[in-house]
Amino acid sequence: MTTQIALLIFIVVGGTFGEMCVTRAMKIIGEVKDFTPRGLLRTGRRAFKIGWMWLGFFLMALSYFALLGMLARADVSFVIPVTSLGYVVGAIGGRWFLGEDVSYHRWIGVLLVCFGVYLIFVGRS
Amino acid sequence: MGVAGHLRLKTYALIALLILFGPFGDLLMSKGMRGIAIPASLRIGAIAHYVYLVFTSPLVWCGTFCMIGFFVCYISVLSWADYSYVQPATALTYGAVALLGKYILGDKITFLHWMGILVVCVGVAFIGYTSPATAEPPFSPPPLGEGPLR
Repeated sequence: MTTQIALLIFIVVGGTFGEMCVTRAMKIIGEVKDFTPRGLLRTGRRAFKIGWMWLGFFLMALSYFALLGMLARADVSFVIPVTSLGYVVGAIGGRWFLGEDVSYHRWIGVLLVCFGVYLIFVGRS
Repeated sequence: MGVAGHLRLKTYALIALLILFGPFGDLLMSKGMRGIAIPASLRIGAIAHYVYLVFTSPLVWCGTFCMIGFFVCYISVLSWADYSYVQPATALTYGAVALLGKYILGDKITFLHWMGILVVCVGVAFIGYTSPATAEPPFSPPPLGEGPLR
């Protein structure tokens, strides 16, 4: 049980924090305007020079393996609704880690999305 | 169209691409891999033949292209839009998966499942009501000390 709780916390917090690290790296690079293959490759090269990008990918990879480990231990209809808590962690992290303005509208939206994902997996035929 | 309107349109366009690329990538990859028999033995020849079949499968290539497209769109949109805006919006992929499942794979979707998709859509509409990028350009993340993680 302790292992399952630890895995779930890592999937939700670690995975979301990994994505926020990637966001931070992309914010440092600035708005992508050139969507040609050459422009995208140039952006990719710049992105992988930033430590946050590597940390983000590392955490996302660990979170993915934690998800695989969790799916081997528990039912998918339990695991996926719990991982939807990542949206709440994302809103909190967006505010405190990325300096975003998370308004009431956005909070209501995030909570509705969490509830919707819960219903989707509870209602799976 | 003003700068804010252009940014909003660009964000919507990339989120729409994310919602297409993600589920299609999963579906094509899943169909492609399921169509290839797993090697019966661990002999080099059998494994090489399996790898050859994977790399010559059009479905696997299309699935890979969609997954790369998803990844490129995701990190590109995060270069200007808020994470707390983009991340919940990607939950619309659940709706796309259900529609693909119903109309391509013939899956049965329950009433509760449809209700869940509806609630997700309402949630995303609430998020869409807010500005996609709330930090003033050029965005400057809060400092977290010196070193490679700037």
